[in-house]
Amino acid sequence: MKQILSIACLVTLISCSPQQSTVKEEETSASKPEAGQSGVSDNESERNVVQIAAGSADHSTLVTAVKAGELVIALSNAGPFTVFAPTNEAFNKLPAGTVDDLLKPENKSKLQDILQYHVYVGVISESIISDGMKLNQVNGGDVILGKKDGKLTVNGANVLGIIKASNGLIYSIDAVLLPPPSK
Amino acid sequence: MKTSRMYNGILFLAAFSILTGCKPKGPAEVVMGDAASKVYVAPGKYDEFYSIVSGGFNGQIGVYGLPSGRLLKILPVFSVFPENGYGFSEETKPMLNTSNGFVPWDDLHHIALSTTNGEHDGRWAFANGNNTPRVARVSLKSFRTEEILEIPNSGGNHSSPFITENTEYLVAGTRFSIPMGNKDVPISSYKENFKGSISFIKVDPQTGHMNIAFQLRTPGFNFDLSRAGKGPSHGWFFFSCYNTEQAYTLLEVNASQKDKDYVMAVNWKKAEEYLAQGKAKIEKSKYAHNIYSDKTHNATSTIEEEVSVLDVMELPGIVYFIPCPKSPHGTDVDPTGEYIVASGKLAAIIPVFSFAKIQDAIAKKDFEGDFGGIPVIKYESALHGEVKKPGLGPLHTEFDEKGNAYTSMFVSSEIVKWNVKTLEVLDRVPTYYSIGHLSVPGGPTKKPHGKYVIAYNKITKDRYLPTGPELAQSAQLYDISGEKMKLLLDFPTVGEPHYGEAIPASLVAPNSVKIFKIEENENPYAAKGEGKTKVERNGNQVHVYMTAIRSHLTPDNIEGIRVGDEVYFHVTNLEQDWDVPHGFAIKGALNAEILIMPGETQTLKWKPLTAGVVPFYCTDFCSALHQEMSGYVRVSVAGSTTPLKFSTGKIEKAAGAGK
Repeated sequence: MKQILSIACLVTLISCSPQQSTVKEEETSASKPEAGQSGVSDNESERNVVQIAAGSADHSTLVTAVKAGELVIALSNAGPFTVFAPTNEAFNKLPAGTVDDLLKPENKSKLQDILQYHVYVGVISESIISDGMKLNQVNGGDVILGKKDGKLTVNGANVLGIIKASNGLIYSIDAVLLPPPSK
Repeated sequence: MKTSRMYNGILFLAAFSILTGCKPKGPAEVVMGDAASKVYVAPGKYDEFYSIVSGGFNGQIGVYGLPSGRLLKILPVFSVFPENGYGFSEETKPMLNTSNGFVPWDDLHHIALSTTNGEHDGRWAFANGNNTPRVARVSLKSFRTEEILEIPNSGGNHSSPFITENTEYLVAGTRFSIPMGNKDVPISSYKENFKGSISFIKVDPQTGHMNIAFQLRTPGFNFDLSRAGKGPSHGWFFFSCYNTEQAYTLLEVNASQKDKDYVMAVNWKKAEEYLAQGKAKIEKSKYAHNIYSDKTHNATSTIEEEVSVLDVMELPGIVYFIPCPKSPHGTDVDPTGEYIVASGKLAAIIPVFSFAKIQDAIAKKDFEGDFGGIPVIKYESALHGEVKKPGLGPLHTEFDEKGNAYTSMFVSSEIVKWNVKTLEVLDRVPTYYSIGHLSVPGGPTKKPHGKYVIAYNKITKDRYLPTGPELAQSAQLYDISGEKMKLLLDFPTVGEPHYGEAIPASLVAPNSVKIFKIEENENPYAAKGEGKTKVERNGNQVHVYMTAIRSHLTPDNIEGIRVGDEVYFHVTNLEQDWDVPHGFAIKGALNAEILIMPGETQTLKWKPLTAGVVPFYCTDFCSALHQEMSGYVRVSVAGSTTPLKFSTGKIEKAAGAGK
């Protein structure tokens, strides 16, 4: 409520200033949807984690969720990130209706919590992973990495592949990681 | 004659001051109501023009957006630059090598943007080094200095780097005449021993690489500025000359004795003929030629030994003199190539010469005499006409696409608009203060883009919030789309801009390099992957092949370095992402830091002076874990047997203290 009030004040102030009236509305950045660095036009650089996921047919559910969870801008940032990316099949393993439910606007914070549980700030390359290694994820929860007989896991989910992105690494995984209930 | 001119000038000054005295002072009053919207570039939107502007005594180029006046980049050319390590990294040091050794700071005056058919082509910017005579070529793809060529037999390269319409040549005319061949002679033997030299530098149309095709040996006086002919006058070059008095002391007085100096017209096609006929003398002279490669990420400096010289006093038909009033400064050729405007900085008129009339006079030998054997064309025979009472202290002229000229007036601090054909003064606007060069986008080309004129001023005084005795230089942007010039914007500039050229962004922006491809990196010390990193000792030289990627350096633990070693950190930035540079600094380095662009390798040299453990880190805020991007070097005493080893991410059992 307080925020709404202050915005109203600001609007009043701006409209009182005659100098501002010369600026055409379509030229102001405020009238455009905010895209952050995800809006940068660049065909030369390596792809970032979001662009790679968006180009993967196996991760379309995740991309839909990242968009709904408004994490596209953050994950297009310099990072660096280690992203555990559940495949579409991984999402399909969830109880029926779970994904649709999470995508509802009223469940946005729950969705964000789940998605942020899949992201670590920092690059954890395969070579530095040790069995039992703990990572503190963006949402504040920990995941446990496993490394046995050359097989990598995260909270027991199997790592299916590793993809390098400009701003980090993507570990494609076969299960959705569900954050432990907050303490 | 001279007194009446002065009298006119004083009268004019008086009239002008009365006029301006009535006007309200300050920019707030003189700008038009809609000025703000005309220079407003909304957040996230781009400027319409790049303005590539000399930084003057800072030896750099400033890149600004127009019409906003926003500073986009400082691009080092003839000076070291702490912002990006230019002149500090081992790879870029050779760029500043000269026949005198490493010169860390020079004075950069003029810009010439490459042209094809007399129009901007957006490929390169050329610039002159005024003190240690040099020319430079800057890529408008990478916005980096790619080549620097020293000019032998020059006493200071001011009349430079103006270019021909297809960038066949750029010129380098000596400001000061000198005894050629570093002769030890009395200064008072000027008339006998001092000569001028004008270098014609060939530009390779594909690579842009420069070499001195030939040098003209001329009578001894001062060469100030120049412009190439274009269209009908293509094949000719025009230079302003002052001090035809051949004074060697108190030039302030002694070089202003004559009523007229010269514009020197050079038929460079004729010079090419003589060169082809083998008429050039090969002279020995040492000069440095430095080239930077974006493949090796390395500069090389080669000392050249010879230059071909054509003596214009012995080879007729290359050079003609045209008398020009009172120490001409700018000599500028209009877009049609027919009119040559020479601004005598102490003259009360601006003479405009006609190329057709010059040719006619040469054909008819319509000469008033000669200077050192070189024909002097009669003033009236070359003259199209004079602009009467343009203002005080005319310096430089630029052109629009509608047949108008804009001349900067240093003494009366104004820009004067006049019609090239009718010579009628159409408008005048004050500048703040004491304008030097001015720039119309495309103004020196066959196809001016018009729209704006920018005043680059020499005096700032009270234009901005004061910052102590040293102030930024002021520039003003005027709308020239209508009949009257309108002041739109006042913006500070870096260094002391002399000349600048503005070019439509559409000719440059699409070609801008975003990253260097790591697979194309041919630096011999590149580590193209963390697996390729290593530390090698060769006597007391240690080479660290290091990589940088968000957010760690590899290796980040190095042991076995000894006091007395010369350590070279060759840092390769493994990023392939636009605008993710990494930096590198190590405590105690007597040199600067370095900055490494994505895909590039740059090297910092470091000599540890005492034993201990020394941190290093990334200096460019690259990522969320930038503060973690660091490491340690263990330095042992000279002669120590601490084994050389290096790693990243390797946890060792706690070891005891060093022996």
